[in-house]
Amino acid sequence: MAKFDLNDSGVVVIVGSGAGGGTLGNELAQKGIKVVILEAGPRIENQDFINDEWDSFGQLAWSDMRTTSGSWRVHKDFPNIPAWIVKAVGGSTVHWAGASLRFDEHEFKIKSAYGNIPGANLLDWPITLAEMEPYYAKAENKMGVTRTNGIPGLPGNNNFKVLEAGAKKLGYKEVHTGRMAINSEPRDGRGSCQQIGFCFQGCKSGAKWSTLYTEIPKGEATGNLEVRPGSMVIKIEHDQSGKVTGVVYADESGAMQRQKARVVAVAGNSIESPRLLLNSASSMFPDGLANSSGQVGRNYLRHMTGSVYATFEKSVHMYRGTTMAGIIRDEAKNDPKRGFVGGYEMETLSLGLPFMAAFLNPGAWGRSFTSAMEGYPRMAGMWLVGEDLPQETNRVTLDPTIKDKFGMPVASVHFDDHPNDVAMRDHAYKQGAAVYEAVGATVTYPTPPYPSTHNMGTNRMSEKPRDGVVNKFGQSHDIKNLFVSDGSQFTSGAACNPTLTIVSLAIRQADTIAGAMQRKEI
Amino acid sequence: MREIDRRSKYDRRVFLKGAAVTAPAVAIATSTGLGISDAWADEAGTLTPATMKTLLKMARDIYPHDFLGDSYYITAVKPWDDKAAKDPAIKSLINEGVTRLDQAANDRHKMPYAQIAWENDRVALLQQIEQSAFFQKIRGDLIASLYNNKEVWPRFGYEGSSAEHGGYIKRGFADIDWLPKA
Repeated sequence: MAKFDLNDSGVVVIVGSGAGGGTLGNELAQKGIKVVILEAGPRIENQDFINDEWDSFGQLAWSDMRTTSGSWRVHKDFPNIPAWIVKAVGGSTVHWAGASLRFDEHEFKIKSAYGNIPGANLLDWPITLAEMEPYYAKAENKMGVTRTNGIPGLPGNNNFKVLEAGAKKLGYKEVHTGRMAINSEPRDGRGSCQQIGFCFQGCKSGAKWSTLYTEIPKGEATGNLEVRPGSMVIKIEHDQSGKVTGVVYADESGAMQRQKARVVAVAGNSIESPRLLLNSASSMFPDGLANSSGQVGRNYLRHMTGSVYATFEKSVHMYRGTTMAGIIRDEAKNDPKRGFVGGYEMETLSLGLPFMAAFLNPGAWGRSFTSAMEGYPRMAGMWLVGEDLPQETNRVTLDPTIKDKFGMPVASVHFDDHPNDVAMRDHAYKQGAAVYEAVGATVTYPTPPYPSTHNMGTNRMSEKPRDGVVNKFGQSHDIKNLFVSDGSQFTSGAACNPTLTIVSLAIRQADTIAGAMQRKEI
Repeated sequence: MREIDRRSKYDRRVFLKGAAVTAPAVAIATSTGLGISDAWADEAGTLTPATMKTLLKMARDIYPHDFLGDSYYITAVKPWDDKAAKDPAIKSLINEGVTRLDQAANDRHKMPYAQIAWENDRVALLQQIEQSAFFQKIRGDLIASLYNNKEVWPRFGYEGSSAEHGGYIKRGFADIDWLPKA
């Protein structure tokens, strides 16, 4: 396994090992480029994952101090846990459910498609669907996405069967067990899904794609990739010409190290990535790195989310099997006649009893709450995920007072729903309830958003440097050897789950970085 | 469909073996139908037995599940005694909170909170302190101390960890049999 010197200024340093960083690291290593991935969390292999919601949360979740503000309910219910993401090798690909959907064409150009919407900071991506299609195809093949590449869909579990029956009664047409990066048959050295459930707690069988046991070991096998767990990057450094030269990080023992680099790629998820750029401010870049536009940290997207749980007369046992076991796509279109722009997906989701208690209606108590809890085995559930509109004021900033153990300001996340987000959520709650009522739900529960797993937009791509942080390849407008490689580069969030697009962009970015290095441009 | 045996593991073990094994006294008392003595409250070292019993009543009123015996709620509130011993701020939060609750109960019903006969009357008093740090602390803690107790999971039809059983692929992940034909 590779081991690179701290003074090796020829390496590409990637901050983070999730969908963006882990994929980019492997892709570059395969091309013969030397890569050091600095991952803040520990390396936990899949046999050590825990089928227990709270214990797993303690094992995997990013629980370092963060602060929140704004009118979103997460601020009230979970003021220091704005996001439910992972601090471990593999990043949030350990936790993700596996849904792997392509953006629609219009979702790459929402300013053109939706027009001017007050309060929203809409912008077209500098990329089109046509440009992305070959990379989507590569990502689907790499990840083994069901219903692509001849891979059959997963079998539907009880939770899906309820969703499907209700959807069909309602007249929805596009209902199936999803395009999932979960093996429905053995592939790529990994077995098929055992319907364990606990997809969010890390897939113990390895049937679900995660960079932890796909990209990262493949990259390491080339001899070109070194992953350093427990390495929290606190600052990116640059020289007098403005080029980045390396990073300062706290290693596993807490000691500060300086890793030199030819290229730095930031992939720490959409809260940490802008935090790192802002914390790297210098006299040359007083507002933070790559921030001449002032857009670093802005346009924070978390998706319009919510859930509908429904209780029936008879048992469902929704927790058995794949957590995200199927989807209704009919509402994903852009149809402003519904009273909002953009669309949303309805995807099955289940929580175990402990998290149901925590998330069904945070803060609630008394008999209406306990009556809902007692319906647990008879419950079906779906997650509603749709496009939220970018707003400049939805923003990751540095907390003015609170610092982490290394003395660096922590991230503060401000979020308010846009009226379009609220209208979409109301519509989705109504349709979600209708799906279940169509097959005999006796009660439905419109459940508020959980802490965000889909974090996007805080280092957005733009054609013009004044509108965003990075160009169409994720290369910062201001500093040519500084890249952003995670969902924070999204110009807008689309309706669907973001991981497939993050992976596709990382594959594409690896081509860009390798080409630019070869041409000695960086 | 494969339904869940709602008896907890402790209940089954005690029932089958008729022996104490490792089950806590409170669990045995419930499962054997013996009444729970107040001994658990008397064991408290920092908080008074009366305070412990008030916390138990509060816990039942905040998250009332009539199919759960007191043992589960006792398991949930008992650690407050330890926490109060370690942290004077928690000790005073609880003592002052209980005192105020009892005061409100006495003002309205001429008896302490835990002795008020009807749940609705007690809940009305809790609603008045719903925003207080005391209530929020007790309620917030119960979300984990009650619902994250593995012994209550079977009572709610939740099966917990599944990987060691080979997942659900052969254990009913798709055994629903009552839906209309799709």
